[in-house]
Amino acid sequence: MQVRVLVRLKPGVLDPQGRAVHHALEGLGFAGVEDVRIGRLIELDVADGTDHDTIKAMCEKLLANTVIESFTIETAGAQG
Amino acid sequence: MAFRAAVITFPGSNCDRDMASALEAVSGQPALRVWHADADLPDRLDLIALPGGFSYGDYLRSGAMAATSPIMRAVITAAERGVPVLGVCNGFQVLTEAGLLPGALLRNAGQRFVCRTVALTVENTASPFTAGFAAGETIRVPVAHHDGNYFADAETLDQLESEGRVAFRYAEAVNGSARDIAGVLSANGRVLGMMPHPERAIEPAAVAALGGADGRRLFENILANFATA
Repeated sequence: MQVRVLVRLKPGVLDPQGRAVHHALEGLGFAGVEDVRIGRLIELDVADGTDHDTIKAMCEKLLANTVIESFTIETAGAQG
Repeated sequence: MAFRAAVITFPGSNCDRDMASALEAVSGQPALRVWHADADLPDRLDLIALPGGFSYGDYLRSGAMAATSPIMRAVITAAERGVPVLGVCNGFQVLTEAGLLPGALLRNAGQRFVCRTVALTVENTASPFTAGFAAGETIRVPVAHHDGNYFADAETLDQLESEGRVAFRYAEAVNGSARDIAGVLSANGRVLGMMPHPERAIEPAAVAALGGADGRRLFENILANFATA
């Protein structure tokens, strides 16, 4: 079973990488970019039937640092 | 005076020898060396030191993988029993990832790796780590990091300040840390995490090259206050 975990910096947490990329996009002449935030996509291949709570525990214990990051879990056809 | 310190080495640690050397220089006792895959710590420790470096190549987040290593389970148990723990640089990152200290270390606000000797203000002189400093004293200690930008939510920062758990603040702009925090203590004052490297301000040669021996004073505090008879 394929699971995608999206890890993002929480709002209000400074993202210097995003800011630098924003700056670079402007330097390349792309106008109208309001903001850039950089996150992380983690693709997991887990046993069929792995429950949502188990994946959530993986996120809370390791995949995301909930002091600074939020996460969303996407399984095939579902989201939450 | 007997002093038993253990220095943990993770794959990618690169200041472990400096840490052991500093402890040996100040205490006159050999530092015990412990590997990340070990499940147990030596007994009767007066200090556990988590060194700087790039444990596990900074995979996922700085310190995140090391925080899950077998030895960290033993370090957490020991810290809960009151065994003193010092985490420097990557060691500080590991302590926050392991939940032994609050907050997190983000990428430096300026995006650049910062490597120079900086001025710190000693904020807390009540902890066993900092008792030998004068309150408000400025000391000079080298930093060398890319992810040293301390972050915690406002409530946590207020709590750290009101409980006197900010050990050191930067006295100059370094990395964008919230409220210029450079070092943080646990609630019981027996776990210290700091980004600057006191172990690099010990030896006469380093003193000449890097600008001071204030790091030695931190280790002297540790020896004076944590050594068991």
